[in-house]
Amino acid sequence: MNKELPPGLALQKVDERIMTLNVGPQHPGSGHMRIIVQIDGDFIVACDPDPGYVHRGEEKMAEYRNYITNIPHLERPVIHDSCNVLYPYVLGVEELLGIEVPERAKYIRVIASELNRCVYTMYWLAIYGIFLGHSTMFMWPAGDRELLIDLLEKMTGARVTHAHFVPGGVRNDLPPNFEDVCLRQVNYFEKRIKEYAAIFYDNPILIARTANTGVLSREDAIRLGTTGSVLRASGVDYDLRKKEPYDVYDELDFQTNVLKEGDSYARSKIPWLDMMESCRIIRHALQKMPKSGSVRVKLKPNPKGGDASVYKRVESGRGSLGCYIVSDKKPEPYRVKLSVGSFRNLIALPYLLKGEKLGNMPSVYWSLNYWPVEADR
Amino acid sequence: MSSDSDNEQIEATSDAKSASAKTSPPSEKEIELPKFEKGLADKIVEKFGTRIKVAFVKPDRVRINVGRDDVKEVAEFLRDVLNFDHAESVSGVDYPQDKEIEVVYHLGSYTDSSLARQILVLATRAQREENPIPGNDTTKLPSLREIFYSVEFHEREIFEMFGVYFQGHPDNRRLLLPEDWADLPPLRKDFAIKGR
Repeated sequence: MNKELPPGLALQKVDERIMTLNVGPQHPGSGHMRIIVQIDGDFIVACDPDPGYVHRGEEKMAEYRNYITNIPHLERPVIHDSCNVLYPYVLGVEELLGIEVPERAKYIRVIASELNRCVYTMYWLAIYGIFLGHSTMFMWPAGDRELLIDLLEKMTGARVTHAHFVPGGVRNDLPPNFEDVCLRQVNYFEKRIKEYAAIFYDNPILIARTANTGVLSREDAIRLGTTGSVLRASGVDYDLRKKEPYDVYDELDFQTNVLKEGDSYARSKIPWLDMMESCRIIRHALQKMPKSGSVRVKLKPNPKGGDASVYKRVESGRGSLGCYIVSDKKPEPYRVKLSVGSFRNLIALPYLLKGEKLGNMPSVYWSLNYWPVEADR
Repeated sequence: MSSDSDNEQIEATSDAKSASAKTSPPSEKEIELPKFEKGLADKIVEKFGTRIKVAFVKPDRVRINVGRDDVKEVAEFLRDVLNFDHAESVSGVDYPQDKEIEVVYHLGSYTDSSLARQILVLATRAQREENPIPGNDTTKLPSLREIFYSVEFHEREIFEMFGVYFQGHPDNRRLLLPEDWADLPPLRKDFAIKGR
């Protein structure tokens, strides 16, 4: 099971057959990061990911701002998934301050975070499609994504960077008639993404290119500490929405998607299957949501946490997203650490690419559901 | 949970009558410790006695503080006996007034379904120097990479951000910072943001 992992290219002896190739940081195929690969002919013998080109010091900035003014900048690492990236921070601050959130706000949060998960996944799917040379798969998700962005715009007032979750609830109540519009759009959206099976997921060319490439076994997925779709594509049933339900996820009806193959194809299929579950969750939440009531507990200005630390995690579009907050009785957090899915899954990249053909690099890399800006924070 | 009176909230915004909107003030008296988590903490205490300190036992979270000489042994026990199999997160926290840097491992388990909700927080502290020379001063800790493979990149990040050198880590290079970074490790408290 254990392929030997490269200990970093600096430590490796290079013989003259081996060529070192920099992919990125400007190359669109790598996102905002550099992947240094060593190739022997067409085969990758070693790979060294070099992230950090979009490191913005979110964690340092968080130490200079108070618990509330931290909200708009902490969502920046993944603006397409901004609700989910704020979620653990907001849950953590609520535990530190001892706030109980109104029931209606919990449902609004769940709806917003599921919509956001779909928006993120559609963006990722568009890029995954175009890097496999399937330009229709770029156009369709990019277009269908607008349906949900319109919904989120109605809900929060912003298309992408919502900053909608606040400690104590959500910023605004839903606009009038939102439930009907949301139901209609989500039903149409679900119908659309089911059509992707015919054009993309059942496409023999896609299957030929991605099945059996970059196989991650169950043992290694656990050992490397991967998360989210990478983990569930390798046969580990672990979704925090089921395992450690936050807000009202334990009252909603959905299932987790697990595949056993562990290859690029399975890894790219899980987020798509998840989107259909998201539609189910949204419909069920709309039905169960209290029709009226407060959506926010108002806090004192400049709330202070106690002398405590808290670690909260949620299931984001890229897997478990944890937030560790240390408070020292000041209005600003003493330390905020974001443990993000992208950063945790990156460790699998050198492992998966070793022995792979160079032409398979984009499909393996994007199947990791990696978002460079999130990994760098 | 804190009993700080600053934390009490004022009335709910729009609908003060709504029962669910009521705030719960931090409770004064100690709540009964959760059973499962208490059991976990007891197993560790039974094995290591006074060499470790249980910092808190909360629902789904147990935190233990360990000295830097014992951290590897404790981590091995957590993996082999208690079935924690991966690190979710590794954070550094700088405490200049204590002259120490804390490294906090958040461990979880995929294989043991009874531990699916649990996070075991393993904290240890390294000595901190005023004028750090990352890698060549006394700010060192044993690496847990041999025990938990998943800490590899996390420990590299802490090395560059806090200057904590992990002994036994196979790949002590920078990860996120530029190659020509020649300032203090940036997440230390004495590295100040300009204009603040």
